[in-house]
Amino acid sequence: MSVNLSKGQAISLEKKDGASLSAVRMGLGWQAAKRRGLFGSRTREIDLDASAVLFAEKQPVDVVFFRHLVSDDGSVRHTGDNLVGGVGQGGDDEAILVDLQRVPVHIDQIVFTVNSFTGQTFQEVQNAFCRLVDETNGQELARYTLAGGGEYTAQIMAKVHRAGSGWTMTAIGTPANGRTFQDLMPAILPHL
Amino acid sequence: MTAELVRGQNHPLSEVRLEIRISAGVPVVAGATLGDEQGTVHGTEWVAHPGAPALPGIEVSRQAAAEHRLAVDLAALPEAVHRLDVFLALPTGTAGPLRFGAVPAPHTAVSGRDGTEIASYTLTGLDTEAAVLALELYRRQGAWKVRALGQGYAAGLAALLADQGLHDAADLAAAVQEAVTDRLARAVPAPSTAFDPHTAPAHDPLAASADPQVTSGPGPAEPTPPYPLRPDDSADASRADQHLRATGPDHQHSGGPVDYTHPRRAHRTPPPPSPTAAPAADGEPAQPVAGDAVGWTMEERLYNQVWGMFEDLARTTAAYRSAVDFADSRLEKELDQLLADPRLRLGTGADDAREVAHARHTQLTDQARAAFDRDLAQLTAEAEVVEPALPPAYARWDNPVWHAYRSPAEPPMALRLGDLHLPESVPLSIPLLVRLPLERGLWIDSGPTPGDDFRADSAELRHLAMETAAALAARLLAVHPPGEFAVQVIDPAGAGSRALLPLTRSGVLGAPPGAGAAGVAQVLESLTRRVDLVQMAMRGGMAEALPADVDTAQQLLIVNDFPHGFDDRAVTRLRYLADEGPAVGVHLLLVADREDATAYGPLLDPLWRSLLRLTPLPDDHLADPWIGHAWTFEPSLVPVGSRVLEEVLAEVARSRTKYR
Repeated sequence: MSVNLSKGQAISLEKKDGASLSAVRMGLGWQAAKRRGLFGSRTREIDLDASAVLFAEKQPVDVVFFRHLVSDDGSVRHTGDNLVGGVGQGGDDEAILVDLQRVPVHIDQIVFTVNSFTGQTFQEVQNAFCRLVDETNGQELARYTLAGGGEYTAQIMAKVHRAGSGWTMTAIGTPANGRTFQDLMPAILPHL
Repeated sequence: MTAELVRGQNHPLSEVRLEIRISAGVPVVAGATLGDEQGTVHGTEWVAHPGAPALPGIEVSRQAAAEHRLAVDLAALPEAVHRLDVFLALPTGTAGPLRFGAVPAPHTAVSGRDGTEIASYTLTGLDTEAAVLALELYRRQGAWKVRALGQGYAAGLAALLADQGLHDAADLAAAVQEAVTDRLARAVPAPSTAFDPHTAPAHDPLAASADPQVTSGPGPAEPTPPYPLRPDDSADASRADQHLRATGPDHQHSGGPVDYTHPRRAHRTPPPPSPTAAPAADGEPAQPVAGDAVGWTMEERLYNQVWGMFEDLARTTAAYRSAVDFADSRLEKELDQLLADPRLRLGTGADDAREVAHARHTQLTDQARAAFDRDLAQLTAEAEVVEPALPPAYARWDNPVWHAYRSPAEPPMALRLGDLHLPESVPLSIPLLVRLPLERGLWIDSGPTPGDDFRADSAELRHLAMETAAALAARLLAVHPPGEFAVQVIDPAGAGSRALLPLTRSGVLGAPPGAGAAGVAQVLESLTRRVDLVQMAMRGGMAEALPADVDTAQQLLIVNDFPHGFDDRAVTRLRYLADEGPAVGVHLLLVADREDATAYGPLLDPLWRSLLRLTPLPDDHLADPWIGHAWTFEPSLVPVGSRVLEEVLAEVARSRTKYR
């Protein structure tokens, strides 16, 4: 049973039996919006990119994105760039895997973002979602829909942060503009 | 511009005179079938194979080889021919592998007669197949195109030919295999696939970079930029799989939405499961097991496991260093803030705040250290089970496996050059394994290590470097089947004779070390000739046409005290060998102090850069491919007082006589 998150809502990543989660996956899926007209089959390709920024007390330490697929410490891994989206029905087109137990001790927040690399706004994207999955059993923990996509090219999706001995996920869902995560840094900082 | 084809993709061919190059890691049979418009092959006379190598418009090799060049003239094909299918098969009459899953992915390339590559295709994802349709050249509305097929047959060549519509497929397949067995010449060294960026990394874990030594004469040495070590791609990917995904053999076969499996073909069988760590109780690390990695053979699994341990150690150290750096910078910032705060400058409040800042620092570094120690303990436990399980090619000289040494029947896939460690990881070190055949030469630096040249004097350093070279050469000789690897030595001044004693005394060298300018010239001359002839033979697809006096074994050339005894002509020859040799099985092991070659100025820089620099004494000049830490390299030497090297070399010499 997954939770549909609304903006700003936080969920704890502690399991019901009290054990902490060990590995989570941030999945991102989308489809290009169909264009009406004569050449309907010629949908324009949309390249969304998922990124994760690792922070230690509000300082960015490392980033995982399509040019740097594994964080230096090996705890956060990107499964690879997908340039067109829309693989299957509702599957993850890009995914970032986080081994929470291996995250270095000084990293206390990991922020997930989505950018439109090809520059289309979310109006042209269909069925875009971001979800968090318990990687050990494949259970979906939380899902955030890029609903009502507006005139934005990026969104700060969610963050997982240390809380006590475990981790908590907070949905952020703030729209922004930018081609890669670098452009989003000013927009991310208020949410730390 | 080469088109890199994927299975099913096609590409137009603008020329009619073509060359199809095939390179596999092992000898394979290559042939072609000619089909009509419906794709039907009307009889055995429409099949070009080793038993009947030449048909109008197509010529294939008479034997199994790791590298093929098929000549195709589309204009010369009979008018009725609309399809030309190139097939590969593993020879059955040898001890070689019987399925393509156990060998490197074959690479095929179509090029014009002038050598420009038009399209290439790597046959990945093969498994139990013993024969495979690689490429199809077909005529569509008068124009020729090439299509990447990659259609494999587990039942082998007979099934492949039957599928082409041949009635007497089984007889033909048997005839092909028989023709191959008859002509089976011992393999000219397995080819390199350097022209293909997708397969090359598998053979090239080490990449060149800026050279560490300073050339501009004496003076304070600059900090040495590390050599990057590039990982084996497959090892990297498999490790990544292991980390977070559920392990299982089937993830290797997960395909795209299109199902390419042949309807009439038996299902693939997964590889035998690798020994996996037993599930451990919650919160406790699993008990490590040797060979706990993916791979078709134990050797490959151990290789992948060692590279996985290398990556894990690099990453956990990165996490530790990053945390400590962060703690340090935070402490500094907090102390600066205290100084800047006028309210705290007087009184005891400042002391308290300072203490708090220090406590925070200690707490974070302690946490980081605890996490690092946990990982280190796990890797150490893994190393303790992996190290004893290593085969000779991967094992240290003090490993008992060397005492039970017997000449192998198969060459190994990789070789241990030495050990790598980081300051934090001591005493844990990781074996440095490189793929064989060596993609690039080695350079053992006999010059002083920057910073601590007082440790050993020059003569002693040179001796140590030569000893390192001799130990490496002995290891290479021992891990190859008899007759498949030979070592030649150039020692112009005879300065290395003491270090070479184990090799010379046991009689494993083909000839005594070349001495003096004449010796240098003679050895270089004969190796140059060999490289040239083998290149020609491979280009012509006629490895069997080599003169009888050309040794088809791989060659390692040890050059001591380079450039002593070398004139300009000899230097040019050496550079030719360094550039052209690896692809045809001639490898270079240079023992040199770069200072000795200053007279050449920057002219030799490309040579130094092309070699992998190793040091006889521990030195931190190698960089891992993931983070770029500077790792300290230690050569793998025979323990002092041990007779293992002599015993192993005696056994090598014995099996060599038997082989002859």
